[in-house]
Amino acid sequence: MTILIIGLLLGGIYALMAMGLQLQYGVARIMNLANGEILVAAAFGTWWFYTGYHIAPPWSLLIVVPIAFVVNWAIYRVLILPLVRRAKNQGQLEVDSILATFGVSFVFIGILLLTFGGDYLNYSYLAQGVEIFGERYGANRILAALIAVALCTGLYLWLHKTRPGLALRAVSVSPSSAGLVSINVERASALAFALGGAVTAAGGAMLSMFLTFDASLGVLFTLKGLVIVIMGGVRDIRGAIAASFILGLVETAVAILIDPGLTLAAAYVLFLIILLVRPEGLFGRRST
Amino acid sequence: MTDRPTRGALRDFLHAVGEDLTLNARDNNQVAFTVLVFMAAATLPFIDDGYLLSLGVDITMYAVLATAWMLFSGPTNYISLGSAAFFGIGMYTVGIGLGMLPFPALVALAGVLGGIFAAFVGLATLRISGIYFVIFTLGMAELIRQITVWGQAKMGSQAGIFVNHPMSSGELYLLLLALLGAVIFIGWWIGRSRLGFALRIIGNDEVVAAHSGINTARAKVVLFVISTVFASVTGALVAPRYSYVEPTLAFSAFISFQVVIMALLGGTTRLWGPLVGVIPFTLLLELINRINPRLSTLLLGVAFLLIVYVIPHGVVGLIEDVRSGRTSPASIRGKLLGLLQRKGTHG
Repeated sequence: MTILIIGLLLGGIYALMAMGLQLQYGVARIMNLANGEILVAAAFGTWWFYTGYHIAPPWSLLIVVPIAFVVNWAIYRVLILPLVRRAKNQGQLEVDSILATFGVSFVFIGILLLTFGGDYLNYSYLAQGVEIFGERYGANRILAALIAVALCTGLYLWLHKTRPGLALRAVSVSPSSAGLVSINVERASALAFALGGAVTAAGGAMLSMFLTFDASLGVLFTLKGLVIVIMGGVRDIRGAIAASFILGLVETAVAILIDPGLTLAAAYVLFLIILLVRPEGLFGRRST
Repeated sequence: MTDRPTRGALRDFLHAVGEDLTLNARDNNQVAFTVLVFMAAATLPFIDDGYLLSLGVDITMYAVLATAWMLFSGPTNYISLGSAAFFGIGMYTVGIGLGMLPFPALVALAGVLGGIFAAFVGLATLRISGIYFVIFTLGMAELIRQITVWGQAKMGSQAGIFVNHPMSSGELYLLLLALLGAVIFIGWWIGRSRLGFALRIIGNDEVVAAHSGINTARAKVVLFVISTVFASVTGALVAPRYSYVEPTLAFSAFISFQVVIMALLGGTTRLWGPLVGVIPFTLLLELINRINPRLSTLLLGVAFLLIVYVIPHGVVGLIEDVRSGRTSPASIRGKLLGLLQRKGTHG
């Protein structure tokens, strides 16, 4: 029961992170290896606002998310767009963007180390327990998951009901055809990339409410996010959400039953199973 | 897959698209030059056994790692971000095994273990698409680190291990230099073998390669294993240098990062490319660490970006652009496709 509840709470936040990555990889078609660093930077930011200025974590979303949006938009404009324009084919762009974002991730780690040092940080916010089915769970975990689910729902509706959202989905399906129906693909990609970064940052702010973090943690989240996206299918939001909860549950089960230090191994086991059994993702169609 | 193309057939294939693969006087000169450079480098421990030698150890260590990385990632374009995983496996094999087995046996064992793990990773990821391989390697070092820490906690021992195997810096340097010679020789030999020819075609266009009868997955896995065996052996050799080995040191993400950056700086199209990158970069790193170690991560990241954006083909690419006149990869790809179509209509 404990595993189920903690796993679902964690899965809700992973869903937010995975949607961010999916916007970047599925729509903008950039595999952003610096995604986890954005998440960790947001966690640091939230910590800073809370311990320094007494801004409660849910409110710091209002600061952290717009900053992440602007930063990611700038990253796309300044660093990624030249690669998109210089690439002769998709394979070349893939290699270049992997290398570029890998470099960006280390720039982020460097900035975080300089600003906050290399220590583990955490803070105590809403640390009292809430009783569910006879067990007590941290109120901060529950609040974080609720906010994450609300944001996911909002994003899902935006993508399905509004014109700009539909435009992004059109680009995700086919950038060349999207251009034909007067969608500015370059602008849509920049928007998707920036939005993806902002959503990931929101995930980071929520995670920081109950997680201890340090500057080197980013790669773990990048990897988990990528595993979720692959498991769910690259352009399938429902798949990503399902995969987020699966990862949240498996990870929590491993942490509680075996060892909290093996969460990455849990992600890798899922990754291997997917690679060997369904490389096209949970709900994906096998391409021929 | 009915008939596997022979080495000769693959050579003719490459020859037909303008790649000259015959040995000539220039190659002989290069071999002689390489041997001379190695002989000169081997005198270092007899000249200095302090700071210069320790710098020499750093340079040869990264030279082996970067050249081994490039053996696989150069021709295939599959970027491995996990060198540290294999390096760490090597280091820990020695750390744990000392006292049970003699040092040379442990070094060999490290190579075997690293190779087995690489074969496993390769078989799982290289059959599908490059992107899965990159993702898998991204967290691999961290994965093995977690498992190591967990395994040691289970066994009731501490995470760190004292490595008690006396070895002078000069000895280590010469061993690493010999390993560097070996990796360069293997690279040269692969370049002229059936596997190397097949890889060149895979690197240019995987579809063309598969259609001409090359078992692309097998070729990639074999090459990945060869490349990582060198990384594991390097980790095993340098373990005695650190008298105390701990997981964060052995599986440091910075090792993977530096290997990629050095190889890219040099260029991945020639065997000696990574060497060209390793020497200036090790010196630069040393300089940064002297000025302000806290800045090193940031500056490394910036340097990496500069390399990717300003000299995407590395120093070697710059040199070759100056000489120019060579066929670009894009034109090779076009020719390969043309050839395949013609082959199809005739046969």
